[in-house]
Amino acid sequence: MVDSKNQWKAWLYLSPAIVLLLVFTVWPIFNTLRMAFLDGYGNMAAIGGQTFQFGINNFLKVVQYKEFLQCLQNTALLCVTTVPISTTLALLIAVALNSIKPLQKTLQTIFFLPYVTNSIAIGMVFAAMFNIVGLKQGNSVADTWGIINNVIQFFGGEPVNWINAGSSYIANITVMIVYIVWNALPFKILILLGGLQSINKQYYDAAKVDGTPKGRVLTRITIPLLSPMLAYVIITGFIGGFKEYSSIVGIFGEKMGPADDAGRLNTMVGFVYDALERDRQGRASAAALILFAIILVVTIINNKFIKKHVHY
Amino acid sequence: MKVVLENLTKIFPSRDKKAGKEVVAVNNFNFEIPDGQLVGLLGPSGCGKSTTLYMISGLQKPTGGKIYFGDDDVTELSTENRGIGLVFQNYALYPHMTVQQNILFPLQNLKGKDKLSKQEMLDRALEAAKLVQIDELMDRKPSELSGGQQQRVAIARALVKMPRVLLLDEPLSNLDARLRLQTREEIRRIQKETGITTVFVTHDQEEAMSISDVIVVMKAGVVQQIGKPQEVYDDPKNLFVAKFLGTPPINVLEGKVAGGKVYIGDSAVMDVNGVEDQEVYIGIRPEGIEPNENGVFECKLNNVEVMGRDASVVSTHPSAISTVIRAIISSDIRVDTSKETVKYNIKPHKFFIFNKETEERVYFEVK
Repeated sequence: MVDSKNQWKAWLYLSPAIVLLLVFTVWPIFNTLRMAFLDGYGNMAAIGGQTFQFGINNFLKVVQYKEFLQCLQNTALLCVTTVPISTTLALLIAVALNSIKPLQKTLQTIFFLPYVTNSIAIGMVFAAMFNIVGLKQGNSVADTWGIINNVIQFFGGEPVNWINAGSSYIANITVMIVYIVWNALPFKILILLGGLQSINKQYYDAAKVDGTPKGRVLTRITIPLLSPMLAYVIITGFIGGFKEYSSIVGIFGEKMGPADDAGRLNTMVGFVYDALERDRQGRASAAALILFAIILVVTIINNKFIKKHVHY
Repeated sequence: MKVVLENLTKIFPSRDKKAGKEVVAVNNFNFEIPDGQLVGLLGPSGCGKSTTLYMISGLQKPTGGKIYFGDDDVTELSTENRGIGLVFQNYALYPHMTVQQNILFPLQNLKGKDKLSKQEMLDRALEAAKLVQIDELMDRKPSELSGGQQQRVAIARALVKMPRVLLLDEPLSNLDARLRLQTREEIRRIQKETGITTVFVTHDQEEAMSISDVIVVMKAGVVQQIGKPQEVYDDPKNLFVAKFLGTPPINVLEGKVAGGKVYIGDSAVMDVNGVEDQEVYIGIRPEGIEPNENGVFECKLNNVEVMGRDASVVSTHPSAISTVIRAIISSDIRVDTSKETVKYNIKPHKFFIFNKETEERVYFEVK
């Protein structure tokens, strides 16, 4: 503790950070809360001198939107698919990486590359990979496809319209899952690999003495000892998943869907942005608060689960 | 199950491929561990004792030589097929499992004809837990146990599948002094009750001496001496063994043999008929010298430390290599502390001479 005489110094040193946090974080949170509960709040109207009644109309409006339900469905679907898939894959890759000696550093770098690459840029590359290249002539299918369809054709499959006009929802979501999983892997691998390397090697020697099969070593020793890291990766994965937005923009552009069905893949965050663009700050705030509540509930459930299954 | 080590050698390649030298951790180790005995591998750190233990366990592969369990050559056999129990220095108990789950773990790995039913496993685990007296702690996690209790759990886990050989790596080093005394008795008892051939590693000579049937003293990868603890103590083969065993340590002085007598400085202290003239190191056990007015060995008296039953006379001598000459005597014997010097009589069977160059023991006949 700093003695009380010198406490002003501590406050002085903290003040730049505190001032910035107050202006750009605390006040906006408070203001979001206020705007969400002002009926029909719009920025321009507020500037025009209009006053608003307190109420929950913004929330009622938001949940009645058909797009909102679509956004909620997309977000939830992406969350519950990508988090388990990417966590499992990351775990397997991390265990494999940890168990090899030669090329470990090189492979580590390769797996970590997506993390330092701009997600919009990656999105555009993915879009190109899944795209139909060339022009569609009348009703006939294009003669040039993206690399994914080339691979499918190479193995004798039928090309799929992944993201272009006329593509199916399932195809769109599949592309998104592949992209998000791939994008989420490096961070998870990094965390899990760090966790693996801090596990005392003697546990594995002890398991070896007892003739423990490899699968059992993974499920009974590695995963429990790694559980704090797994918990961290899963919780942050869900939080990140509910905030999914830029990945969709990366592949589908700002229309958030294939050319003939804009907004089909819109997410919660996308919904908030749309509302802001239409000068519906009240509705945007309400949607943001709903998103916040969902993340809070999911995290609480995660925590409850973790308390039972994580060994610190 | 006897364990035979034949020309066992372990060479670690150098870290630095260009400049570094390879390290010979264990050099040509030959030893037959008799069935059902408790053997202590003893030596300073880096002497290769742990490496030897891990080679017996199969966790490390020998560079050369053979290992036999009974008549089976197990040199190429993997760890899990050797039928050993290993207790690690820091126990390596699985922190997320209860005591019971830890003890059950080795049994759950058994396959084929060895596979046990659930009830059999529980019975075996309970039996092992009772042997080490932790059967009341079955539902605790390792973090909720004391160091001594964790040690017992580790031993129970090693014993539960009834190993042919039990290996303990520094079993007492993580325990406090009192617990150490208690636990070493416990290890002795468990070993006698089960009759399993047991090898343990320690750097603490007292620990090794007190419970082993046989001790193996090692230095820099080479076995120095093998024998019953008392025999090794009474009859060290070289200066290293003499210095390594015994608390307080042996008094070491420089001297010479001339004309059948051992000289410290100018005074002859012992008749050693038939020994060639040579420069020697002289080792005298602290209990091998007693103050006596007519003693042959005179030292400068520092002080007397009384420790109840015993007293320790601390003195110095210009020829001494150890900083002080210590004599352990009964506290009934009074030493005149007003005097500047103290004279000692020397007991011949506590008096050893070693060639100065080879540091090997020079034997002489005690009259």
